[in-house]
Amino acid sequence: MTASVVVTGLGITAPNGLGTKDYWSATRVGKSGIGPLTRFDAAPYPAKLAGEIDGFTAEEHLPSRLLPQTDQVTRLSLVAADWALADAGVRPADLPAFDMGVITASSAGGFEFSQHELKSLWSKGGEYVSAYQSFAWFYAVNTGQISIRNGMKGPSGVVVTDQAGGLDAVAQARRQIRKGTSLVVAGAVDALLCSWGWVGLHTSGRLSTADDPGRAYLPFDERAAGHVPGEGGALLILEAADAARARGARVYGEIAGYAATFDGREPGLRKAIELALTDADLAPSDVDVVFADAAAEPELDRIEAETLVEVFGHRGVPVTAPKTMTGRLYAGAAALDLATAFLAMGEGLIPPTVHTDPADHYGLDLVGTEARPAELRTALVLARGHGGFNSAMVVRS
Amino acid sequence: MSQPTFTLDDLKRILLEGSGAPEGGGLDGDAQDVLDTEFSDIGYDSLALLETASRIEREYGIDLDESVIGDATTPRAFIDAVGDHLVAPAA
Amino acid sequence: MSGRRVVVTGMEVLAPGGVGTDAFWSLLSEGRTATRGITFFDPAQFRSRVAAEIDFDPYAHGLTPHEVRRMDRAAQFAVVAARGAVADSGLDTGALNPYRIGVTIGSAVGATMSLDEDYRAVSDGGRLDLVDHAYADPFFYNHFVPSSFAAEVARAVGAQGPSSVVSAGCTSGLDSVGYAVELIREGTADVMVAGATDAPISPITMACFDAIKATTPRHDDPEHASRPFDGTRNGFVLGEGAAVFVLEELESARRRGARVHAEIAGYATRSNAYHMTGLRPDGAEMSEAITVALDEARMNPTEIDYINAHGSGTKQNDRHETAAFKRSLGDHAYRTPVSSIKSMVGHSLGAIGSIEIAASVLAIRHDVVPPTANLHTPDPECDLDYVPLTARDQLVDTVLTVGSGFGGFQSAMVLARPERTAA
Repeated sequence: MTASVVVTGLGITAPNGLGTKDYWSATRVGKSGIGPLTRFDAAPYPAKLAGEIDGFTAEEHLPSRLLPQTDQVTRLSLVAADWALADAGVRPADLPAFDMGVITASSAGGFEFSQHELKSLWSKGGEYVSAYQSFAWFYAVNTGQISIRNGMKGPSGVVVTDQAGGLDAVAQARRQIRKGTSLVVAGAVDALLCSWGWVGLHTSGRLSTADDPGRAYLPFDERAAGHVPGEGGALLILEAADAARARGARVYGEIAGYAATFDGREPGLRKAIELALTDADLAPSDVDVVFADAAAEPELDRIEAETLVEVFGHRGVPVTAPKTMTGRLYAGAAALDLATAFLAMGEGLIPPTVHTDPADHYGLDLVGTEARPAELRTALVLARGHGGFNSAMVVRS
Repeated sequence: MSQPTFTLDDLKRILLEGSGAPEGGGLDGDAQDVLDTEFSDIGYDSLALLETASRIEREYGIDLDESVIGDATTPRAFIDAVGDHLVAPAA
Repeated sequence: MSGRRVVVTGMEVLAPGGVGTDAFWSLLSEGRTATRGITFFDPAQFRSRVAAEIDFDPYAHGLTPHEVRRMDRAAQFAVVAARGAVADSGLDTGALNPYRIGVTIGSAVGATMSLDEDYRAVSDGGRLDLVDHAYADPFFYNHFVPSSFAAEVARAVGAQGPSSVVSAGCTSGLDSVGYAVELIREGTADVMVAGATDAPISPITMACFDAIKATTPRHDDPEHASRPFDGTRNGFVLGEGAAVFVLEELESARRRGARVHAEIAGYATRSNAYHMTGLRPDGAEMSEAITVALDEARMNPTEIDYINAHGSGTKQNDRHETAAFKRSLGDHAYRTPVSSIKSMVGHSLGAIGSIEIAASVLAIRHDVVPPTANLHTPDPECDLDYVPLTARDQLVDTVLTVGSGFGGFQSAMVLARPERTAA
């Protein structure tokens, strides 16, 4: 009925690897990027571990003029977009400006920038607030800055659904391509590792307070007691399949199905999966691997595991959670899982779920600490956002 | 007490601190050329000038006319505008 | 494009000057203004000390103490407006498949008001670099992630379909509704509860707009401070509010005998890829959005009866969109009444796009073009018919409403009297 939409470029910034090559070589062997938080003194806070991106020097990648007006999240986003475009072999200047869009997700905006300006306001006075505060912190900033840097004037936007946003942004991008836009930069990067953001993250009540990086984020494990936050995410280049073919682009795979639901009388995750499979015109048996949301909160783990067993059967499909190596990247998490799914399908290797000792009673075939070779044609990526958001996306190689 | 002054070097310092260095090294040329180059050609937009004006006001304890941003389109005009405030009679 | 047409069957507005759609329309049709000196906090330190505040008592609108406690003011607005919109639609949402009902809520700045207070609490008034979690509000996470607005609305109306916050700066209120329209057209949802909210009147917001001199310093005359298209305009007046709509597919709305307020006939958003806050003087990107929205509505520019402008009252904006209207509508731009309700209700950032959709729907319902208040001295560079001071009785079958947002967003929507548009 509708045009096929494919992914032709990936831009990844993650705690266990900056850039697709480093990220995948770490992820495929189970190398974790979780460690003690160093960005500020974490001693006063219950949670002390994070997935920090090391070795990212914005000055090496971005013009000096952009630095005073950007938060870490925007710098990472701009660089991820540059890398994704380069990976796709696209030079935006060569394309009609109105044919390119940018659709990102954000969970909480540019919190570190905001902290600095709030401190100026309340410790010194309103005249000390930066001229850049009016946009540097807000949820739309990454989309705006990417569109300006790359001259993209097509349909653009921002969706905010907490940690489900990465998939929702890609789905909205697919919608725009089906309506005629040639190319959309889509996905999400998040970065909240400042003390003000850290306090915000704590108030979710879902952070792990463990101090051993190997025991802190253990989804589907009896010991599960919250997650470790991380920074980063992925931006993807989406194009219409025929246009990508026509320009001889390398294609990672197709965005084959998607659905989003909200929890109500019962959790909406199962319905999201079923609708996404219907949208992809696939049966559960067609799915070769599931990238789980993997909340590592007992009630949420139970709901996800029960849902997977209901849809796929007892140990009916391999399930993995490579985010155990990065921490949860908020809006960036699902976008990174999506990128990881394409890399996994490309190599025929399901990346591991590290640290977790899965509880048998969940009935999941959780891929453990060793990656598992497998022929992968179809992957399902799940994401849930605080408050009841569920998103499911089916991708096909 | 000596009169405070405001020079091209002061302007450059505050521009760089508040808004970064323009691509193409627009601030690095011959001082006489830089003084008469439009800010937009150097690589600074109105936001950069607003940020710069705000930093100058804080650092020098002066209150620039709001028209400075729109009217002073070159470093020379901007420096002159700041200088006028620095020498204004205290009474 | 599928043949599914999307119509507004319910709406509720919370705007400065009076809560509720009727109070809102009285204000607009009488050309009164709701801007005033800021009362929420002492604004003495700020350059701009004017705002359009709502006198809002959440308990009077049915919110429980727990709801009030856990929700930022903007979320409270959204929930009250959503409940009002569903009631206005006559829809029994409990009788529908909840997975076919979705929610989109636009917001540019989320729970800014609460975050400002939260920051002061955890930083000891700005003193601490390492802010103290022990002083965090127990509901801080709802402020931290503005997606909580959509979650609250979804719970309030019993929606289990696709739900999200849409945040594209000051076009959020148009883009949220545009997004919802797309979901109904493509068949993902049958009913969308869609709109926008923002409650940004807080010290940090005043400070950040002061820093770029975007808001007016006309605090000696607050009732006349918002002056779109007037030669003496010198910035916008910050506002707050929400508008939420019930959107349905036309045929199913007719089958249940719903009152159809208007059809959302076309929508488009584009980016200027130019500047985070600046606008290109030629209006090319807004013009492109208008042209695409008209195409989607299968309408000629000459069929537009009224343009509900962004009209923020900054020097740059009003010329920018005047140029865009001429570019898209040609000579018809000179014959079409254009007005800015921001002259009366201020600029509520992400909310205003939805509030302006509501004004457009009401203009169609009443065959009245709301005026641009405070327009006494035309700017020679703004040379269209801006309906100064007094509302105008005329047939209004179609409305074009537009918005511009920080980040470079340019959005346009075409609304039409439903019986007018060709099937």
